[in-house]
Amino acid sequence: MTIATLTWLIPLPPLLAFFLILLFTRRNNAISHIVGVGTAALSWLLGMIVFIAAIGAEHLGENPITSSVGWLALGDKIFSIGVLIDPLSAVTLFFVAWTVLMIFIYSIGYHNFGQPKGAHDVPGLPPEGAEEHGHRVPSVEPMYARFFAFIGLFAFGMYTLVVSDNLLTLFVGWEIMGLCSYLLIGFWYAKPSAKAAAIKAFMTTRVGDVFMLLGIVALYSATGTLSFREILYSHEVLETLANTPAGVWGLSAAGLIGLLLFIGTVGKSAQWPLHVWLPDAMEGPTPVSAMIHAATMVSAGVYMVLRMFPLLSAGWVEGGDLTTTMTVMAFIGAFTALFAATIALAQKDIKRVLAYSTISQLGYMIAALGIGAYVAAAFHLVTHAFFKALLFLGSGSVIHGMEHGVLQTGEHIDAQDMFNMGGLKSKMPITFWTFLIGGFALSGFPLITAGFWSKDEILADAFANGRWIVFGVLALAAVLTAFYTMRQITLTFLGTPRTKAAEHASESVRTMTLPLIVLAVFAIGAGWVGIPESFPGIGGVLPSWFHDFVGGTLLEHPPAAVFNATPLLVSFAVALGGLGLGWLAYRRSGQTDPLRQPLGPIYTLLERKYYFDELYDWLFVRPVKWFAEQFTYLFLDRQVIDGILHRIARAAFSLGRIFRTYFDAPVVNGFGDFTASVTQSFGRALRKIQTGQVQQYLLFVALLAFGGLFYYLLTILQ
Amino acid sequence: MIPLSWYLVLAAALFSLGLYGVLARKNAIAILMGVELMLNAVNVNLVAFWRYLTPDSVSGQAFAVMVFAVAAAEVAVGLALVISIYRRRKTVAADEINLMKW
Repeated sequence: MTIATLTWLIPLPPLLAFFLILLFTRRNNAISHIVGVGTAALSWLLGMIVFIAAIGAEHLGENPITSSVGWLALGDKIFSIGVLIDPLSAVTLFFVAWTVLMIFIYSIGYHNFGQPKGAHDVPGLPPEGAEEHGHRVPSVEPMYARFFAFIGLFAFGMYTLVVSDNLLTLFVGWEIMGLCSYLLIGFWYAKPSAKAAAIKAFMTTRVGDVFMLLGIVALYSATGTLSFREILYSHEVLETLANTPAGVWGLSAAGLIGLLLFIGTVGKSAQWPLHVWLPDAMEGPTPVSAMIHAATMVSAGVYMVLRMFPLLSAGWVEGGDLTTTMTVMAFIGAFTALFAATIALAQKDIKRVLAYSTISQLGYMIAALGIGAYVAAAFHLVTHAFFKALLFLGSGSVIHGMEHGVLQTGEHIDAQDMFNMGGLKSKMPITFWTFLIGGFALSGFPLITAGFWSKDEILADAFANGRWIVFGVLALAAVLTAFYTMRQITLTFLGTPRTKAAEHASESVRTMTLPLIVLAVFAIGAGWVGIPESFPGIGGVLPSWFHDFVGGTLLEHPPAAVFNATPLLVSFAVALGGLGLGWLAYRRSGQTDPLRQPLGPIYTLLERKYYFDELYDWLFVRPVKWFAEQFTYLFLDRQVIDGILHRIARAAFSLGRIFRTYFDAPVVNGFGDFTASVTQSFGRALRKIQTGQVQQYLLFVALLAFGGLFYYLLTILQ
Repeated sequence: MIPLSWYLVLAAALFSLGLYGVLARKNAIAILMGVELMLNAVNVNLVAFWRYLTPDSVSGQAFAVMVFAVAAAEVAVGLALVISIYRRRKTVAADEINLMKW
């Protein structure tokens, strides 16, 4: 079997799991998770084989692993779909395969497999715990099997997107993930907040998706193909697109299409102003958050713009002025990075902090792409996927441990509120150390963690190209990132427990801690493949493999940034400074945030997320609801459409009555009644002769016979 | 030789007697007897026509024999019916037996 054939097979096992579980095995939890995890492992294995083959290939960028089949005949052309493994999809495949498999394994423990069923558990609500030997213990998720089916479909969508060789199948995977995010955020559908969050996520990403579809259509009508190879690896096509004016705001065709596609990413990767859905997506079970935030959905958005980078940057030369599209990306990315980081400062929910940090880190990647730092963006995508999956799974483990404490003590507290935690370090050592690694990677702790190398590369690139504003904003965001990460770690794990539940928290089961350890290894090691050659001291010890490999995806391999001590020192300073400040500020924190007092109204502003939810509610939701109620329902539906229908009904009714009165009753019924009454009167008259007297009958017969005889004789005698 | 018409007159008289008996008598058995008279009048006719008109063929006699047989069967069935109706209604008067009235 060739590698290309194997690539075709990568997405299929999770899809198979989806159908197998939903159709056959959903009544049995054990078989369902074996099917789910088994197929994820199969995809992982296929992915690793393909990845190893890909990194072993010479000049993969020029000669990628591809295979395609004709799928749809359009006029005299045939639209082909297929698979493409070039350096970018190879590294994406690598982190997707690992994180997906880890999340699948983690889900077994997270959903309490092997625990008794809770007496009051109902499908659609989180399990409340069961009574066993007089103790309250966690109970198994009522819809355990269904969860594995859904994340299987989710994994299928992501794998499809990664191995696609054209925008259309990429979009198909994209939309499958949109559906799955809806299903999984609303997994506990009986919770009103989860239901609302699911709808919000679906509707918000839909806004981006519509623009993205427009972009795809525009691209197809401009070039006649959606294949990545044919568009992105052809100087001719790119130049034509870059030189054709689009007629809007002085953009080129490439710029306009790129902008439309980018809006798709804004929705999917939760960039400002479409960021509002991602924090609410925390309503889903924690493995789902990890799935959405690290392995699949939001990475898909960044992956897409990375993939389309040659188109987005068409007309731009290395070191030259940025195109409008790139400027927009740089602006939105940098703004989102800072904006989300500030909100994360004032959140209490352990998962919400991570949600805003995801938005902020995605902003980093987008900003990096906007200034042309292609490889740095891809690098940060990979390292971020690992440490963010680690952080989410770690926070899930913390919540699990806290819930255990809540069950033990019977306290009524929010198990996700960091101000209820504290001192968990000794209770949950594995979770603590892995979370610490993930948190340090997120803050960019120098030299060791993966996050440092990728973040440093972005900052170095911005500095080297003189993008001062982007550099400054990202550096400021990095300080805040380190600060809120340390705030989170300090509040959760350090100090003393703030509640009884935190005192009784306990370490999670092995199916949950094992993925944490594996991901922690990557959260450190994934950075070592991208240490710049010119880095003082350790540069060149390990070859800077990532840059050469992923850089090969582009037609013109981007040069590595020249080493400069300033951004490096800034990286050191922001990471260590942020972490240090965070520790100082929160090490003695009680149940209220020590920053609330000094920041005053600003704190409230941050806590309420700059009132974006309220703003969108006032700006979009209410007007739409008003329009739906007043115009669509009361006027259009009730008056116009119902009016027409009622009038038609009334006309038909009176026409029917006319027919009834003037045709049916007199003519049809009259004829029928007449026939019946004539028959009846004949019968009434004739029954008199039926006397029952046999001699009378015989007399009639005799008389008739004689009469007949006489008549006969008379006729023949004449 | 006695002319054919005498036999025919005899048969007609016999038939009329029988018909009168059938129509006028109340007793069911008497009605049956009237029927027998009518059948035998027919037999007289059949035999007379055979003897005077087609003496070479036996069909006239054969018909007469057939009528005997049918008459015997008819009387058997008729008497059985009369007995049966007598057991139920305690009467054999024809005008009292009007079950088939409308």
